[in-house]
Amino acid sequence: MSDIMTAKDLNLWYDQTQALKNVNITIPEKSITAFIGPSGYGKSTFLKTLNRMNDLIPTVKIKGEVCYNGQNIYDSSVDVNELRREIGMVFQKPNPFPMSIYDNIAYGPRTHGIKSKVKLDEIVEQSLRDAAIWDEVKDRLKKNALGMSGGQQQRLCIARALAVKPKILLMDEPTSALDPISTSRIEELAIELKKSYTIVIVTHNMQQAVRISDNTAFFLLGELIEYGETEKLFSQPVDKRTEDYITGRFG
Amino acid sequence: MKKNKMIERAIHGVFLILGLLTVGCVLLITIYLVISGIPAITEIGLFDFLFGTEWASTAAEPSYGILPFILTSVYGTAGAIIIGVPIGFFTAVYLSKLANSKVKAFMEGAVSLLAGIPSVVYGLVGMLVLVPAVREIFDIPDGASLFSAIIVLAIMILPSIIKVSMTALEAVPKEYEDASLALGATPVETYFRVSVPAAKSGIAAAVVLGVGRAIGEAMAVMMVSGNVPNIPSLFQSVRFLTTAVASEMSYSSGLQQQALFSIALVLFLFIMLINATLNFFLKKEKD
Repeated sequence: MSDIMTAKDLNLWYDQTQALKNVNITIPEKSITAFIGPSGYGKSTFLKTLNRMNDLIPTVKIKGEVCYNGQNIYDSSVDVNELRREIGMVFQKPNPFPMSIYDNIAYGPRTHGIKSKVKLDEIVEQSLRDAAIWDEVKDRLKKNALGMSGGQQQRLCIARALAVKPKILLMDEPTSALDPISTSRIEELAIELKKSYTIVIVTHNMQQAVRISDNTAFFLLGELIEYGETEKLFSQPVDKRTEDYITGRFG
Repeated sequence: MKKNKMIERAIHGVFLILGLLTVGCVLLITIYLVISGIPAITEIGLFDFLFGTEWASTAAEPSYGILPFILTSVYGTAGAIIIGVPIGFFTAVYLSKLANSKVKAFMEGAVSLLAGIPSVVYGLVGMLVLVPAVREIFDIPDGASLFSAIIVLAIMILPSIIKVSMTALEAVPKEYEDASLALGATPVETYFRVSVPAAKSGIAAAVVLGVGRAIGEAMAVMMVSGNVPNIPSLFQSVRFLTTAVASEMSYSSGLQQQALFSIALVLFLFIMLINATLNFFLKKEKD
């Protein structure tokens, strides 16, 4: 498996507060990488540096490199919109647009210039199938997406992200607002999707990391404490702090 | 305990009376307008009144057709909307989404100030600056015209359009915009394809509010429109529904005065219609 993303000595500040300290990590392609750690200690912040969503916060300052396919994504020559097309994102709270299911999925392809109805129909169906929600919604594609259940909305958001054919899917605690049944469907979906996509998932749920991820990174106070194969990290942690966290001594 | 309850009740009662005072005023005005507006209409005939093309209230054989006023008010409002809405809308998008905080604070202050300027001042500046300019530029005998009135109205409705649209645009959840940006859309694409559609009821309400402002304005348009009861054309002097009432009331009597009340009634019905539309959009925005 080759590496698709690499962070080198990545530091990030919100104003004066340092939120990430010298993070170094390599993410292998077509696998699931989980970021775990207590809330508010940098995992989501780090995830958002991978598709430059932190650019939207004016007080953020970043030092270091994030390389995607060997190219530093913070280089001035990089087209941010093109980058975000290739590195998609699913958010903590399901956030479908207030439009029809069809228009939600077609939004991305339309943005990138696809106008043909036939082509759009094809992409919409394929994306919904890939997100395992086609059978539930195929008869109500013209209905408003806000009328769906939370779990369906989140799978719709995954379908919407897939519709622009990304290489990587970043998921920021995608199941934290969902019930257990919806959660397990998203987890199954993630495992299915890693055949074709690289997935990076932030989770506050350690069992979830164990169930679905290949590699796990443990973040604490903005530092990457330990990173390795999930099975190994949970059975034989090297760092004392990792051990304390996974055995439930804090967090 | 008991004393507290008494005081509570008393305060409740006072507030209720104050609230009813407002309702009472509206009711009183409505009843008064209907009662005093009907006689002239019955005497002149509804059709002749609404669709008569000549208004000659002081002639030996007076004629009371208010079609010129209705058309002037409709054209004037439509013109103000055609000019004012695009400017106000794009300003609102700019201020709520694109402008940095310093520019935004400065321009919002300017917009609030624009809203606070009395309409007689708009009229005065229009009369002294706009009307002569229109006369020069378009080479017409008199610059006081429908065109000048439209320009003044367009400026006067800007604050309501900008502020109400901004409120709607700023209420769009950031999650929608994040989702769009994360799909690779540019910020401007995001604002126009996600934020604006999500705020469309609020923006529609802003437009309707602007219509209400424009149709109800009297002082400023009286000063720049020439106040002649012509069937309206862009560069001719015209008279609006509002100014028709205002300009003759002081010396009117008999049927003429009753006809002025009827004009006020017609204007009132227009405003009611606009308010109903506004409530419709505001309700939709809430859902």
